[in-house]
Amino acid sequence: MISLNINGAAHEVDVDPVTPLLWVIREQLGLTGTKYGCGVAQCGACTVHLDGMAIRSCVFPVSGAAGKKITTIEGLANGDQLHKVQQAWIDHDVPQCGYCQTGMIMAAVALLEEKPAPTDADIDASMTNICRCGTFVEVRKAIHAAAKA
Amino acid sequence: MKLTATISRRSFLVTSAMAGGGLAIGLRFPATGTVQASDAIPEVGVWVLIHPDDTVVVRIARSEMGQGTLTGLAQLVAEELECDWSKVTTEFPTPGQSARRGQPWGSFGTFGSYGIRQSHEYVRKGGAVARTLLLQAAAEQWGVAAAECTAANSIITHSGSNRTLSFGSVAEAASKLTAPEDVVLKDPADWKVIGQPLLRLDTRDKVLGKQVYGADIQLPGMLNAAVKACPVFGGKLISFDASQISGLSAVRKVLTVGDNAVAVVADTWWQAKTALDKLDIQWDEGPNAQVSSASIAAMLAEGLTADDSFVANSNGDAAASIAKAAKKIEATYSYPFQNHATMEPMNATVQYTTESCVAWVPTQDGEAAFNEVVKVTGLAPEQCEVHKLILGGGFGRRTGYQDDFLKQAVQIAMQVPGTPVKMLWSREEDMTQGRYHPIMQCKLTGALNDLGELDGLQMRLSGQSILAGARPDLLARFGGNDPVVFQGLVTEGDALLGYSIPNILVDHAVRNPHVPPGFWRGVNINQNAIFMECFMDELAEAAGKDPYEFRRGLMQKHPRHLAVLEAVAERISWSEPPPEGVFRGMAQVMAYASYVAAACEISVQDGNKVKIHRIVAATDCSYAVNPAQIRRQVSGSFVYGLSALFMQQCTVKDGRIEQKNFDTYPSMRIAQMPEVETIIIEGGGDTWGGVGEPTIGVAAPAVLNAIFQATGKRFRSVPLKEHGLQLI
Repeated sequence: MISLNINGAAHEVDVDPVTPLLWVIREQLGLTGTKYGCGVAQCGACTVHLDGMAIRSCVFPVSGAAGKKITTIEGLANGDQLHKVQQAWIDHDVPQCGYCQTGMIMAAVALLEEKPAPTDADIDASMTNICRCGTFVEVRKAIHAAAKA
Repeated sequence: MKLTATISRRSFLVTSAMAGGGLAIGLRFPATGTVQASDAIPEVGVWVLIHPDDTVVVRIARSEMGQGTLTGLAQLVAEELECDWSKVTTEFPTPGQSARRGQPWGSFGTFGSYGIRQSHEYVRKGGAVARTLLLQAAAEQWGVAAAECTAANSIITHSGSNRTLSFGSVAEAASKLTAPEDVVLKDPADWKVIGQPLLRLDTRDKVLGKQVYGADIQLPGMLNAAVKACPVFGGKLISFDASQISGLSAVRKVLTVGDNAVAVVADTWWQAKTALDKLDIQWDEGPNAQVSSASIAAMLAEGLTADDSFVANSNGDAAASIAKAAKKIEATYSYPFQNHATMEPMNATVQYTTESCVAWVPTQDGEAAFNEVVKVTGLAPEQCEVHKLILGGGFGRRTGYQDDFLKQAVQIAMQVPGTPVKMLWSREEDMTQGRYHPIMQCKLTGALNDLGELDGLQMRLSGQSILAGARPDLLARFGGNDPVVFQGLVTEGDALLGYSIPNILVDHAVRNPHVPPGFWRGVNINQNAIFMECFMDELAEAAGKDPYEFRRGLMQKHPRHLAVLEAVAERISWSEPPPEGVFRGMAQVMAYASYVAAACEISVQDGNKVKIHRIVAATDCSYAVNPAQIRRQVSGSFVYGLSALFMQQCTVKDGRIEQKNFDTYPSMRIAQMPEVETIIIEGGGDTWGGVGEPTIGVAAPAVLNAIFQATGKRFRSVPLKEHGLQLI
């Protein structure tokens, strides 16, 4: 059994320790806001926070997350109070298909925690998620707006 | 999208009667937007349901895959309904309901940039019918003439007495009235909701992680399937040794799927996928295993000069014009296979019994999905149902080819009767089992006269027909000619060539490699606009003329093509020189009944690093239903089109696709995203234009033409990474 702390709740999961954290989050715990896009850490759709750091959970073995604080998209809002990045995403109508956007939001939250007022260059360097619909113009605007919120 | 856990009594009864476990399916499946409003909610006309609290549910027949059609279609209905926009929600009717009710919502097909342009009239009428019924119900309650009543903001007012009633309070009575045969639609000058840059209706759940895509479905007792098909298209399954993995604790079944694939069904998808990866499978790869990118290129090259061809545009005598040209210009271009690479890989969830089959499918064509379920199961249509989901990207991949991923999912579920099974393709399966952008070569020959004017043009396309792969029935009806190949090059239809050329011949030698082709966002305008618009620049260069002025000389009889080109030229200040080190390019095309143009400013560092500083894009889509969403579609089109230009191709080795994931098939990131300024022109008229696809066509040629200005080099094949160029 592996002990996981996800969004503030403790879970015991009985899985192969090499199972990627993504699949434990999605399949054992039923939190499907974290997406499968590539499985090779290329696209970022699976981005979650591990002790506040953005990681690509599709290549991160669940055993490495034991005892650490894991935050998924479902854990960002505080009850009905959305995280300021989520609110900025709504205000700027960022998502198109939306499939990559939970990972995009998790990457943006981690960026803003490290750099509360990121420059465009900071955004370019840290936001490497793939979006096939092409929401990048709105993503950039929403990050700057969230920084000012 | 309204999220409701209830299902209609009507569809519930059908489902439960045929599935036995229908109740569990309906009630344990919230938050997908596919379940139906309760029969207790009055249906006012066929498009609108109105709750007692005035909440309006607008039915959306087309699929939502990110393009925003759900919001735009709701605006069209709301405009005529005269309801309070803040009370509007939406739902997808199911294809099964549609079949049982005689298709009251028209086509579900969501491709060809159809969403709004092919349904605007009847959905507006749907809103107007509902308003008429509500007014009549209120008038009857008051005992006054309906003509004395008006509706606004979900309130009905009697002008003589100033009495009011809310929509919700008369919806029940309105639902029992007979719908009028015909209704008069508003004059566009009176629109209040159409034309507004409203926020999308489907955003909140997407940012909360609550939007349930097909890949996210969880049903009680559900098992998960991973699947692997023969990597060589056309190959067959010979055998596999299930005992290699059947002992693994979570593995429930190892199955043959059709004649060319194997599936592992397990408790979780990760277990299924890892078990499948351990399985040795013997394939009969067949003769296609000999095919390579080089052999395909040779096959197409032969077609460039072959005698067999279908002519699509012929005027004057192009050959004679070229023979007597003052200057003859020739060039050969090519365009590769490309994968759609939707962020959500192909998937479907199916529950089958001998009496019923219910499928949850992210599909661009609900009816095609429904028909496929009926066909594969052999059940009666009344025993089948399909629930559409919001798609994690479509781009044409989830259009009409339900006969691959959905067929597999049904074939798997039929071998596990009674148990719902979610089949999800790995990214690798998605990359290697695609329906690829058709591969094409093009030889262009132009004739300039003594004045440097274009007198003749021959354009020979050689390559793949999408219809041959995707709709052979249609191709047969057209006698083997695929008219879709000629998008943007013809003189009739919704994708017209914007140039008057005295002598022209455009034809196509059909050369179909074994790699299955598909409708890939923008479809054939992607390569046709590169061929035509880059060659226009080549001709202008040979004539010693400015590319913009050269085009203008050929476009005087094409005012709407010209208007968008002039709009971008003006916005980017084409008549003035660009800043030092910055170079410009432009392109225009018409497709999906919209006229689009783009102009860009770029610089090139170290001879190969391309930076796009600025893009100006104009779209004349006749009517702009939601300008904010149009802007998003236009800027997103540059991500899709420029990723294709710089980075993407699927190459063939030993009959199979070599690129298996985003490491070898990259896509643009935010750092590479240029500014996009969108100009929307509302040209009006009877024909509405689409928005989701046309701009893809101008993205690549505008940038290619600027790259020539910057480097003096013509790059005539895609992607540019093969020429050592990178987008920074």
